[in-house]
Amino acid sequence: MKRLSRYRRHKAAAPLLLFFALLTVGATFSVASATTSAETTSVDRSVQIEEGRQIFLKGCSSCHGINAEGAQIAPSLIGVGAASVDFQVGTGRMPMADMSTQAMRKDPIYNEEETAALAAYVATLAPGPAIPGESELNFERDGSTAEGGELFRNNCAMCHNFAGQGGALSQGKYAPTLMGVEPKHIYEAMVTGPQSMPVFSDKTITPEEKLSIIKWIKAAEKEPNLGGASLGRVGPVTEGLLGWVLGLGMLIGVAVWLAMKAR
Amino acid sequence: MTVEARLGTVANYVDERTGGAAWMKKNLQKVFPDHWSFLLGEIALYSFVILLLSGTFLTFWFDPSQREVIYEGSYEPLEGIKMSAAYASALHISFEVRGGLLMRQIHHWAALIFMAAIVAHMMRVFFTGAFRKPREGNWIIGIGLLTLGIVEGFLGYSLPDDLLSGTGIRIAEAIIQAIPVVGSYLAYFAFGGAFPGEAFIPRIYTVHVLLLPGAFLALITVHLMLVWYQKHTQFPGPGRTEKNVVGYPLMPTYMAKAGGFFFIVFGVTAFLAAVASINPIWLYGPYTPGQISAGSQPDWYMGWLDGLVRMAPPIETHAFGHTISWNILIPGLIIPGILFTGMALYPFIESWITGDKREHHLLDRPRNAPNRTALGAMSLTFVMVTLINGGNDIIATHFDLSINQIMWGTRFGVLILPPLAFVITKRLCLSLQRADRELVLHGRETGTLLRLPHGEFVEVHEPISPEKAYFLTSHEQAPALELPEVDGRGVKRAGVLRNKLRSRMSVANAEAIPKVSANDLKEIEHH
Amino acid sequence: MSNEIEAIKDPGLPAHVHRKADTDPKAARRAERQVATMFLVSAFGTLLLIFSFFFIPDDVFVFIPIMGNQNAHQLGLGLGMAISLFFIGMGAIHWAKTLMPDTEVVAQRHEFRSPDSDRKDFVSAVKEGAAASGLGRRSLIKRSLGAALGLSALSPLILLRDLGPLPGKELEKTTWKTGTYLVTDPGNRRIKASDLEVGAVAQVLPEIADPEHRKLSDIAKDAVLLIRLRPQEFNLESDRLAMTHDGIIAFSKICSHMGCAVALYEQQTKHLLCPCHQSTFDVTRAAKVIFGPSARPLPQLDITIDDAGYLVARQPFSEPVGPSFWERNSQ
Repeated sequence: MKRLSRYRRHKAAAPLLLFFALLTVGATFSVASATTSAETTSVDRSVQIEEGRQIFLKGCSSCHGINAEGAQIAPSLIGVGAASVDFQVGTGRMPMADMSTQAMRKDPIYNEEETAALAAYVATLAPGPAIPGESELNFERDGSTAEGGELFRNNCAMCHNFAGQGGALSQGKYAPTLMGVEPKHIYEAMVTGPQSMPVFSDKTITPEEKLSIIKWIKAAEKEPNLGGASLGRVGPVTEGLLGWVLGLGMLIGVAVWLAMKAR
Repeated sequence: MTVEARLGTVANYVDERTGGAAWMKKNLQKVFPDHWSFLLGEIALYSFVILLLSGTFLTFWFDPSQREVIYEGSYEPLEGIKMSAAYASALHISFEVRGGLLMRQIHHWAALIFMAAIVAHMMRVFFTGAFRKPREGNWIIGIGLLTLGIVEGFLGYSLPDDLLSGTGIRIAEAIIQAIPVVGSYLAYFAFGGAFPGEAFIPRIYTVHVLLLPGAFLALITVHLMLVWYQKHTQFPGPGRTEKNVVGYPLMPTYMAKAGGFFFIVFGVTAFLAAVASINPIWLYGPYTPGQISAGSQPDWYMGWLDGLVRMAPPIETHAFGHTISWNILIPGLIIPGILFTGMALYPFIESWITGDKREHHLLDRPRNAPNRTALGAMSLTFVMVTLINGGNDIIATHFDLSINQIMWGTRFGVLILPPLAFVITKRLCLSLQRADRELVLHGRETGTLLRLPHGEFVEVHEPISPEKAYFLTSHEQAPALELPEVDGRGVKRAGVLRNKLRSRMSVANAEAIPKVSANDLKEIEHH
Repeated sequence: MSNEIEAIKDPGLPAHVHRKADTDPKAARRAERQVATMFLVSAFGTLLLIFSFFFIPDDVFVFIPIMGNQNAHQLGLGLGMAISLFFIGMGAIHWAKTLMPDTEVVAQRHEFRSPDSDRKDFVSAVKEGAAASGLGRRSLIKRSLGAALGLSALSPLILLRDLGPLPGKELEKTTWKTGTYLVTDPGNRRIKASDLEVGAVAQVLPEIADPEHRKLSDIAKDAVLLIRLRPQEFNLESDRLAMTHDGIIAFSKICSHMGCAVALYEQQTKHLLCPCHQSTFDVTRAAKVIFGPSARPLPQLDITIDDAGYLVARQPFSEPVGPSFWERNSQ
């Protein structure tokens, strides 16, 4: 300890201490707010539904109502189906952290079993879209990338941008980026129409067509930027900015050097 | 034979056929003043050359046809998709032609840098007053080049017929269509029928690779010849007068520097094209009027126009069975028309205000022309505000803002901020003049404190060099125009209102901190 | 005022300061080596370009920090070209700066204004030439020349007539007629009212005989957006309500402002947003404009269902779709 105290007036002491303090606080916070480990649930459906109801009462009813009938601040969940719950809870949007313009994607609070239980419970309230099964989501086999691109540009690009990077809606709302989203969640979003997003019925965009869209989105996600670093895939705004800052900037830099007298 | 001897033989050969020895000697020894800001126009010039070279490369593979084809190239996500031959050929250049994508990107980056350099160069010329007599004509040519550049760039990125640029063409068609009386006819003639038709891309191809480059070549040649013949302006300083040019000769110094700078511009453009992806048309998809992407805007040099159109109030008049779309005409045609006409006529406006009809070859330091500098700052602020609104959706998504807020903010901002910028800039210029005066009168503050024998602390000031003193005081401070309302015989002059306006503007223009004179310095010495 | 006050005198050009390379031969040789090195780097760049062009296949990717996965072929070509050009420039400029003469030279400007005698001669030459042409005296020639030249200017304009057809009434018509079925875009499948859930949208086009060969010029007027709300959510006049079917409402997808596709439907607010200039339309009030530069609502398509439940248009659009034009007679 005496050895350390010799450095207490070192000029790096204060910043270093601050850094470690912040690290400790941050680590403590993330540990304390971590999800509690799940209790093992039996495969029994009624037990799952009851577990879902319990979780619902604890974590959702304060906004959505005791019977999920909805309230001023949250819509009714009757008839939204298991797919809605799987999407909203699975992407971490629900429970909503703060009452800002819209629910953001974030780390889910509930683990997979809890999410499944919630979904099972909400499904009992009224018939609604079901969670798509593994076999229904084989987009690699059942989808077509090119057709998916056409469908994407017709139905999705106007909100989510041509490369799925997301876009602005009115009053501060936004269509989020589609990069890094699980295929299941993309499918569920199309079917359930979360928040501002409209519903895309299975008759107007068939399940195969939905899989094609997912296949295209995944291909776009994996596609490397061919001509250099991507500038966000948002178009001319970032390109113009870089042209001025890096392009003209470098050239003015050389011009200044050119006109300077040599030593 | 030595190099010198060989060169001598060549010179003889040419002279015996042209009689140009004296002329060539004079021009090889032509003097060019040296300042980095004089190279901005060169960046634009070299970018133009790069555009010609890279553009020619692209024409060897580009097919300017809107004929519908089914894609059969190597880019899987578009396999079997219907598209125009133009789009398909642009994809071919990007994916199958080696060096094709690099050339496409060099071409587009060069276009962005070309326009940026033109604007930067125009600002330099404006803020230093280089547009004054005898260079008014060159200024007008410059504004013409700026305008043509905007059109050429727009047509250029519309050629691949992708979803983003096709949307831009739709907007252009709507502007044409909105013109009263003849709008729908002009639109049908331009597009060969209804939008989008199949005639537009081939036609703009002709404009983009033949007509406008030809116009550019002609205008740039005249622009350069005028600079060459009238000699370049120079900043004031010791040894520099209105009647000389101080600098370095063309051969060898300027040939090496300017020639080398061409390679620099080309190299930087190629560097951008190597490391930064631009206009990835394969991601946009082919143009069809039923599709659109979030975050659609034109290239930056038209972004301010888009911003103006976005913020326009929704005004249309319907009368006697006809519609006039003020919400399109005002931001799309009328305001740009007024702006560019005003810009082109500015040299004449300024000489009207100042009454100054002399030649000027020495540049103004911006602070010494506070009104002009403030006006320039005002225009820049206007462009920045409209540019921000042009990208309001991208800004909203990246900074968690609302497009509605940005729209309202810029609607008010475009009216409030430019005058504010004018006032602030003018005051800043006058403060800088004051600081210059202090510097000349009292010298540079060294930060060293000296304690005098009787106990007083003073800061040591180092007198500035006579060169610097001259630099800071060689500018002219012309008084305001005298425009009496009645002439010598007591008769009221014609054009009273005009003269009142002129007089007021002249007074405002002449506001300055009086510069230090030799008398002032003498007084200080005796102090 | 400035005449009476004596200005600070011009001290003349400052004394020339020699560069290291001017006086020290070692420094000069060092500068020479630096220039040569730059030219050599440029040569390396060219070699990199040539190597990348022929020997790097275009499916190899390398990871570059900040930039991510980059295509090696493209990167090699681009960087090779950039280096090869940039360092020629650097070498030339460094050469000029360090080794070429940098003594400032003074050249005199000459006044542009010619001597008065030259000006007089010029003016009289022009006057004499003009008089010699006889144009001033011979008014018959002058007038007929004016008429001929003026008229001849018409020819190029007339020759451009076939650039395009006259618009006629085309801007006011679309493919939609009474009984036209609504089909999905893409896919061209007929849609039943029961296919749409509340909150759903569908991109729609009119059914035509040859859907594989739709013309873009037709799509540019025919594109329609179908939206389903709950009937009680509408706030419409009775005549507009009659154009809906059981909560399903159809609008032209072509923006009434400048023609972009308006299809950003916000399910919760029931607003349609156009991404081009942010015009916002309220679906519950027949696409009334609530924000942005558009001056007119989107035209509404009158829809109903046939016996089998498929959606059809009951009549064509009652007004022209898309951007305004002079002849547009808005009620």
